[in-house]
Amino acid sequence: MAGKVFAWFDERLGLEAFYSTVLDRKIPKVNWWFTLGSASLFLCVIQALTGVFLTMYYVPSPAVAYDSIQYITKGVAFGWLVRGIHHWSATLLVITLFLHMLRTFFYGAYKFPREMTWMTGVLLFLLTLGMGLTGYLLPWNQRSYWATTVATEIFGTVPFLGDFLFKVLRGGTDLSALTLARFFSAHIWILPAGVVLLLGVHMVLIVKLGISNIPGEDE
Amino acid sequence: MVKKTTSPNLSRRDFTKIVMTFLGSIMGAMVGLPIIGFIVSPALKTQELDDWISLGAFDGYPIGTPTLFSFTRSKVNGWERTTSSYGAYVLRKTESELKVYSNVCTHLSCRVKWDEDAHAFLCPCHDARFDINGAILYGPPPRPMDRYEFKIEEGNILIHLTGE
Repeated sequence: MAGKVFAWFDERLGLEAFYSTVLDRKIPKVNWWFTLGSASLFLCVIQALTGVFLTMYYVPSPAVAYDSIQYITKGVAFGWLVRGIHHWSATLLVITLFLHMLRTFFYGAYKFPREMTWMTGVLLFLLTLGMGLTGYLLPWNQRSYWATTVATEIFGTVPFLGDFLFKVLRGGTDLSALTLARFFSAHIWILPAGVVLLLGVHMVLIVKLGISNIPGEDE
Repeated sequence: MVKKTTSPNLSRRDFTKIVMTFLGSIMGAMVGLPIIGFIVSPALKTQELDDWISLGAFDGYPIGTPTLFSFTRSKVNGWERTTSSYGAYVLRKTESELKVYSNVCTHLSCRVKWDEDAHAFLCPCHDARFDINGAILYGPPPRPMDRYEFKIEEGNILIHLTGE
């Protein structure tokens, strides 16, 4: 029965071909450093899942943002766990991505024909840092407030465009309710949309081009 | 793809599959079960109300006309203090006989209002009517109006507020 159901879908969706292309693809003999991309993808999915559930209780308003997070941590069953996973895997994701980038760089895996994979990867890394920056404000505690004060001031030092960028990020001259609302929007809609798009391209390229060999000593 | 072996032992590929399924299930359950708790936990919390509310002097209420007494009680829901309003219709039928009704319609919880001209409690939502004794005159309610348990202490009416 299950075999028949699978065959019905397989005939229409080409599941076997998908499986053999994506999961049974040939790879060269590689080492543990090559697992960092998968680790990053796993953490990214964890972030998406825990993030979705956190929005069930979090309210991006200066009046109650802090209280709603206190409620998540102390009032909701396993709230401490869901928030804790989101918090720690965010940090871990930046680390795995950075090491993933170093591996790609030192093995020369960014070279022809994989330049696009490298470029989308760099953008994904920047988007992830953006997720970190915007997520850091959301607890709306002293650390969030002053970290964002400093971060937006840093954008303000950009030549010519600085003042404009500073105001766009804050939604005005002050760090206010508008800043919190737009950081939240960026954190859950704008930046994740970019991540999904670029990650799609990144993954298609990995499957299409295959992964590179570890370079030999004479190369 | 998979080499068919004649060995009676578990193939390396099958062993990996079993281990992956096993570990994957454990990891899924470790994340999935807390997530279910995370979603439903506020629904499982109940805040029991058990209060005696004073409606003022018994003598202050007119005889023969249901009179509304409104009051509020607040509860904490998540990070917010929620204030709910309640209404009790006090009816002194005679000098000494007393009834206290809840103004919540027994149909779908709209608030009923005493109408002197119709001499009935009218519900604005689905045109339900209750008579002065709370019995159904007309409309969809499944049971007569609910009553509050009450007691009289030192000339004051106290009603018992229970529930969630």
